[in-house]
Amino acid sequence: MIINSTEYLKKNTEAAPLAVFRIFFGIMMLISIIRFWSYGWIDKLYIQPKFFFSYYGFEWVKPLGIYTYVIFILCGVSTIFITLGYQYRIAIITFFLSFTYIELLDKTTYLNHYYFISLLSFILIFLPANAYYSLDAKIKGVSYQSIPSWTIDALKLLLGIVYFYAGLAKLNSDWLIKAMPLKIWLPSKYDVPLLGELMQQEWMHYLFSYSGMIYDLTIPLLLLYRKTRPFAFILVVVFHVLTRVLFPIGMFPYIMIVSTLVFFDSGFHHKVLRNISKIFKINKAQFDTDKVLEIIPQKNKILFTTLILFFVIQFLFPFRYLLYPGELFWTEEGYRFSWRVMLMEKAGYANFKIVDGETKKRFYVDNDDFLTVFQQKQMATQPDFILEYAQYLKKHFENQGHQNVQVFVESYVALNGRLSTPYIDPQIDLGKQKESFKHKKWIIPFNDEIKGL
Amino acid sequence: MMVRKSVFSVIALVFFMLGCSSDNNTNDEGANGGKDSFDRKALLTNIADNIAIPAYQKFSEDITALKASTSNFVTTANASNLVALRQSWITAYTSWQSVGMFQIGKAEELSLRNFMNVYPVTVSDIESNVTSGSYDLTSVTKQDEQGFGALDYLLNGLSDTDAGIVEFYTTNPNASGYKKYISDLVNRMDDLTKQVLADWKNGYRDTFVNNNGSSATSSLDKIVNDFIFHYEKHFRAAKIGIPAGVFSGTPLDTKVEAFYKKDVSKALFNTSLTALQDFFNGKHFASTTTGESLKTYLDFLNTIKNGENLSLLINNQFEASKKKAASLDNDLSNQVRSNNTLMLETYEELQKNVVLLKVDMLQAISVSVDYVDADGD
Repeated sequence: MIINSTEYLKKNTEAAPLAVFRIFFGIMMLISIIRFWSYGWIDKLYIQPKFFFSYYGFEWVKPLGIYTYVIFILCGVSTIFITLGYQYRIAIITFFLSFTYIELLDKTTYLNHYYFISLLSFILIFLPANAYYSLDAKIKGVSYQSIPSWTIDALKLLLGIVYFYAGLAKLNSDWLIKAMPLKIWLPSKYDVPLLGELMQQEWMHYLFSYSGMIYDLTIPLLLLYRKTRPFAFILVVVFHVLTRVLFPIGMFPYIMIVSTLVFFDSGFHHKVLRNISKIFKINKAQFDTDKVLEIIPQKNKILFTTLILFFVIQFLFPFRYLLYPGELFWTEEGYRFSWRVMLMEKAGYANFKIVDGETKKRFYVDNDDFLTVFQQKQMATQPDFILEYAQYLKKHFENQGHQNVQVFVESYVALNGRLSTPYIDPQIDLGKQKESFKHKKWIIPFNDEIKGL
Repeated sequence: MMVRKSVFSVIALVFFMLGCSSDNNTNDEGANGGKDSFDRKALLTNIADNIAIPAYQKFSEDITALKASTSNFVTTANASNLVALRQSWITAYTSWQSVGMFQIGKAEELSLRNFMNVYPVTVSDIESNVTSGSYDLTSVTKQDEQGFGALDYLLNGLSDTDAGIVEFYTTNPNASGYKKYISDLVNRMDDLTKQVLADWKNGYRDTFVNNNGSSATSSLDKIVNDFIFHYEKHFRAAKIGIPAGVFSGTPLDTKVEAFYKKDVSKALFNTSLTALQDFFNGKHFASTTTGESLKTYLDFLNTIKNGENLSLLINNQFEASKKKAASLDNDLSNQVRSNNTLMLETYEELQKNVVLLKVDMLQAISVSVDYVDADGD
């Protein structure tokens, strides 16, 4: 298949799409941060909670109290620099680090789209997004109108992976045969104008399930081909606007709509830049230099190795769940970081019992004493959360002077409308268990079967 | 411009699709077995008009009666007036069990439940209020010095005998202080209750019924969350779990509701249990008629989903709880001391419905468990 990779790497294209992408990315991120802040979520999610759920291996990432705001300021300011293309490399690195740091603070707030932003900003570090139509180019007096094609293709590839894998994840019996979880979610949207009544209809649940799946699987290709592109873009807008109307997914739909513009020809992007130039009185001509930016593979081994490694990981990582026994939706071992977006409805309840191993004296924990409602909700359905919280409880009660502390949990989880069943083995002292990437044997196996990927 | 054109055509397409779809819907009655969608507004109307407002109405009347009895007792403090006042207190306390869950609207704003029914009360603080005669009952720190719990102490806990209690209001050096305090407490309860009822009657009812959307701040979301919160915290935990020592490891027999009166705690518990189940089933207040409810909503959704009969499971669990609780002592405090195992068993039964309500029901009706408005995926 690889006809000539060196030839491909030498291929050039207009830099305008990447410049437009950089500008829009910066603006969208700035809006996201301002929105996040204005809703009071920094305080609510990162300052108020007493306890934070860490990612395995990233326990050292902790909120900095009131200084957490500083990270957000840093992140926000970097988006402005990115938009302007000023000190771009430093700005995008700052953005990547600060944004990722924020996401690592508490896995309660994990969202696929935050992960997507982290990945996107990571590869943007390696792309010459400031080569054209940027303050950097203006100040240096060197603007490159052409850049290697692969730089833009890398973005398309990442977007393609997100969609395609999200589509693959939908190839399961709950989604396709039972129309779950849409059969639960859609009827509750009875108040959506015009569509509300339809949301009660079973055929609509199937229509949405199947069209969602087909959309995710095919949209990367439809966007890639010039002939289908305008139609594909209409689909993108309809799809994301619908998801925005139906689900509380914040900025994600807009970010995706704007991101897919990168698939368009450079003619479109030049038009966008001309309009921006008109509004802000920028002399666009100064950037149109016919200069070609060359990135020679032999001289940039680290860059190419990093990117290739990055994509290999992206291709393989979502399949790591195959290494675990049991139903993925139930155990969630290998669930995150795999583009399983809006894929299942899971609710749980976890009641922790502290037992003195000697005297057998016991009492239950009031989760409200330690966790926010949001944290409790996330904790109750995910074994790694349950374990981390149990360990925390053990330490907490030991510090309070309790002896021989054992931690047990009575927990129930309901998945995609099935009746709730016990989730974690209530006989297991979670205080003795260790977190690892190995299968957690104390998860009670799922008592049903979900076929498919 | 390309984008503008696309956006325009997209909007056109959306409207076209919507147009077609609506047509299909009206022509295609049989598509889903001819089922109509569930009328959430009817549910909210039933809750407001047939449950919440009548319950608050009755409660308000009982509080008015309590006020009259208090006034009688304060004017003429004797044993028979004490008995009458105590009876009014029990009657009002019993009606309270039917409104406790409706901490929505004005009640939420006033923090009604926390000023009405915090127990155990702090006796030393009550006594110092009586002595000093100066206190601000509207202060959050005074919540455990007022309401039904404080009245419980003042009517039942001052002495072992009625004659002994009456002495506090007659011959006690600070009798006027006790009289003033008990009057102030009842007046405040009356004032709070009247505000809440008036609000329901003058506008809030419509606000409540018309807020029939599906957002986290919609009436359905809020009332369902209130219902579950009340069940979990103020019913399961407060009335049974905490006294049984579920959260402390050691039984705490002084933490029961109406501790000083002793023999009404089980009755209050039973009334509350019935009120919660009636709410679930949409049963009109003080009537056998039922209307749209969480039960009928679950049944409707199950016609789409064809899953387990959740409403039946929940009702069965309510019945199992009642059955278990039937053998409890009238004085739960005594039950804790004599045979706490039965308390713990009752708790286990109540706990099972927490799972069904909070996990299964919330999932089925797709109401999020809290008001956290964070983004989803």
